[in-house]
Amino acid sequence: MNEQRTIELELLALRVREHIIGMATNGGCFIGASLSCADLLVYLYSETLNISPENLNDPSRDYLLLSKGHDVPALYGTFAELGFIEKERLANHLKTNDSIYWHPNRAVPGVEFHSGSLGHLLSVGIGIALDIKMKQGEGKVFVIVGDGELNEGTIWEGLLVASAYKLDNLVIIVDRNEFQANIRTEELIPLESIDKKFKAFGCWVKRINGHDFDQMEQTFSRLPFSTDQPSVVIADTVRGKGLPSIERRADRWFVNFTAEEVEMLLDELHGEKESILTSETLMVR
Amino acid sequence: MKMNYEEKLQEIAARDERLVVMTAENRAAIRNLPKILGNRFIDVGITEQTMIGAAAGLALRGRVPIVHALATFLTLRAFEFIRTDVGIGNLPVKIVGGVPGFLSEANGPTHQAIEDVSLMRGIPNMKVFCPADHEELISGLPSIVDDPSPWYIRYTTQQPVEKHYEPFAIGKAEVLGDGMDIAFITYGFMNRETWFAKKILEKKGFSVRFINLRTVKPIDEKVILSAAKECALIVTVEDHFVSGGLFSIIGELFLKHSVTAYVLPIALEHQWFKPALLHDVLTYEGFTGEQIAARVIVHLNQLEQGIDFHVFETQVEPII
Repeated sequence: MNEQRTIELELLALRVREHIIGMATNGGCFIGASLSCADLLVYLYSETLNISPENLNDPSRDYLLLSKGHDVPALYGTFAELGFIEKERLANHLKTNDSIYWHPNRAVPGVEFHSGSLGHLLSVGIGIALDIKMKQGEGKVFVIVGDGELNEGTIWEGLLVASAYKLDNLVIIVDRNEFQANIRTEELIPLESIDKKFKAFGCWVKRINGHDFDQMEQTFSRLPFSTDQPSVVIADTVRGKGLPSIERRADRWFVNFTAEEVEMLLDELHGEKESILTSETLMVR
Repeated sequence: MKMNYEEKLQEIAARDERLVVMTAENRAAIRNLPKILGNRFIDVGITEQTMIGAAAGLALRGRVPIVHALATFLTLRAFEFIRTDVGIGNLPVKIVGGVPGFLSEANGPTHQAIEDVSLMRGIPNMKVFCPADHEELISGLPSIVDDPSPWYIRYTTQQPVEKHYEPFAIGKAEVLGDGMDIAFITYGFMNRETWFAKKILEKKGFSVRFINLRTVKPIDEKVILSAAKECALIVTVEDHFVSGGLFSIIGELFLKHSVTAYVLPIALEHQWFKPALLHDVLTYEGFTGEQIAARVIVHLNQLEQGIDFHVFETQVEPII
């Protein structure tokens, strides 16, 4: 990727992170997982997906399903930056006059389907991918799942079905931020080697750094990785990416900061000193 | 010549490109469709949850999926997928549950879908069709496919006990007779034995009204409220737990309209039924036409003598 484009995407991702931090107060949000997948969403919507505010009803578009729905602030931020929704709408976060809440829903233009209960949207994606195949369409279906979400059995039964039906128009992206809700995955339900597990279920797997736009370009420009197989991208990410004070912190899954803390975090995002966060840590799960 | 279920599906599929048939490897009722429907027949193997999620995805693309599996695995294993993907999404997925109620015969409690109506009717947007027999299933199918709502259908291969004259309409019950002593209200499989009970009671000189609900949701409020007003005793008959099904629905309806009536529920108490061949199940559990008629007579007598009959006589004996 040329340097100019990389800088543009980095700036876009920075603005998306500003939006995410802005939603981490007055009720709060799942900040850690949102920050870990922000670069992936920014890249996919900017460079890969045939989805734009103009073609949301076009059956030949691509689909992106956010199965780990609690990271929706990253999606809201991306949608606001790319013109799917007006930026002002983000001020309605958690308000009854809008539908910008802790999990995605179709009242927000660009959201293909609601989620929140883990392990659902792979199967929904399979249905969409099957229909595209039946109609000999070109569209692809991207499903973003969390690594903790891989605990759900429906992920693995879905993979069996996706492999059986040779859904090479299906792309599963694992946001591998190494955390369940409040515990490291490897300390609770170890997942490694994830690559081998997906391969064993009939997928073609690539593993990349989920914050590196060059690696994303090299990977997502080569879809499908193999004809007749679902493509899987395991994106190694950092939970809380961009805010050293909360990066890889098990206790910063869901946060509800004060206005002062939000100001500190915005400064921190822009390279100022680390924030001193005094809001109590929340265990919501 | 009369069509069977899969022939009817084939007919609808031929005129309606939206229709896709799915199954979690339950092909008994649709065994000839794979070669006819080609890629519009999707067997996902024994993955009920994935099937429902995928059906939601297909519906998002404009399809009308008709999904098949055993009623108990569909409504229980895949419940959250039905509620969350199909229900919240309000998508036109038609969920066909095989061997519901007593029809699971000797399979045992794992296979007894006797809370399915309760679960499915509790989902906003979801409608429920419990055909009395195969003929009624076939006659209702086109309307159900055309209706934009999600539906749960209790599948049956039972042959009709009586000819249906009233054409099928969603939310409209089939009412036979205008008797004033007893009004039977039933749905699905229990139509047959309830019909026999009606015949027995009529021979004994009682006047009997027979209400086959067809769709349990939406329900035909009008005919039920008329029966409450005009008949001495209402008897609800269902192969379902007493809570959450028809007896509960009638209770909710009467409360809503400030109506009181004598209602005798013939349903399964809070235990699973004795696994056996169908006729033996009915006899053991007291659901044959003769037994239903006998219970009704006992209660009518008690009613005349002013005895409170709202005491269930069923013995409670664990079956496992």
